[in-house]
Amino acid sequence: MKNFRGETLSWWQTADGVIELVLDRAPCNEIASATLGELEEFTAALPGLHKTSHALIISSARSEGFCAGADLRELYHRSQALPAADRLAAVRDFLVRIHRVANTIDAAPLTTIAAVHGVTFGGGFELALLCDLIVADKTARFCFPELRLGLIPGFGGIPRLKRDVGNAVVRDLLLTGRSFNVTKAQGAGLVSQVVAEGDALQVARATAAQTAKFDRDTMVAAKKFIKPIPYEELRQEIDIFCELFTRPAVDEGLRKFVESTDALPYLP
Amino acid sequence: MPTLQDTTEEVLRLAAEHFKVPRETLGANDDFFKQLGINSLQALDLLTRIEQHFRIELPDYELQGVSDFRTLAERIQSRL
Repeated sequence: MKNFRGETLSWWQTADGVIELVLDRAPCNEIASATLGELEEFTAALPGLHKTSHALIISSARSEGFCAGADLRELYHRSQALPAADRLAAVRDFLVRIHRVANTIDAAPLTTIAAVHGVTFGGGFELALLCDLIVADKTARFCFPELRLGLIPGFGGIPRLKRDVGNAVVRDLLLTGRSFNVTKAQGAGLVSQVVAEGDALQVARATAAQTAKFDRDTMVAAKKFIKPIPYEELRQEIDIFCELFTRPAVDEGLRKFVESTDALPYLP
Repeated sequence: MPTLQDTTEEVLRLAAEHFKVPRETLGANDDFFKQLGINSLQALDLLTRIEQHFRIELPDYELQGVSDFRTLAERIQSRL
């Protein structure tokens, strides 16, 4: 299969060997079980595309931003619908599945580029961190708000952020839950190129075209050498997330967030 | 250093321009969520414009509970 159009995302392979994956779920690509299922289909198809591709670009069709992270409403409601004893197993299963997807994209023998704009929060930030390069337009904002709800990022955020930037930056993002604008994110070393509003995808495509000029085996060797996947820390992250998830404070924080009708949803 | 009034006026101008509403429909004490009809994602967009325009960093948590232009201008003023 060389293209796919799903409920939450689409992907296709261009004639010049670039795979474009576009997130498109209202309002801002919140990652729900449907997204996970379609990402799993994508990663299952990926090995079949390696030979005829050299790059992967991930972008968003939503004007609000790249991705606002996990669908907390679905997470909360699904969790509440289960007997208390089964909730943890369901969350762990979701995390294990999304880590499998993330690790496949992270290790793909392609040059991977996230073309981001607007809200790039939580799971959306983690999706961008899978990529080798982040091209961001001036509207982009990066944030890990999870601690504000009594959790840690669960899709591999901390180990991958630690891989890319200094520990002080990780602590700033994590422990304050504040968002970085694109200037701050580039200064921290997260963003490869800052471009004008609306130009991230176009610049990502030009960057992908440049990478096509290089010897493929050399690129794969360089990437493997410079971008190791922190498997052990990723496993630890799942354990810590699950340990925190069972606390009543998290349940209460999620409930307040989900039930909030304020323009600014509940976040302490 | 601009005065609070200058900063408030600049925020009103920026908001009107960005959300394409007539400047005269916005007042310093207005609730910007209601007056501009914006949600939390659009409020973040406004924060980005403000940070770029004033060349400051304004952590999101400083805006918790802030909904009127004058208080927003005060938060900006403290970072200038």
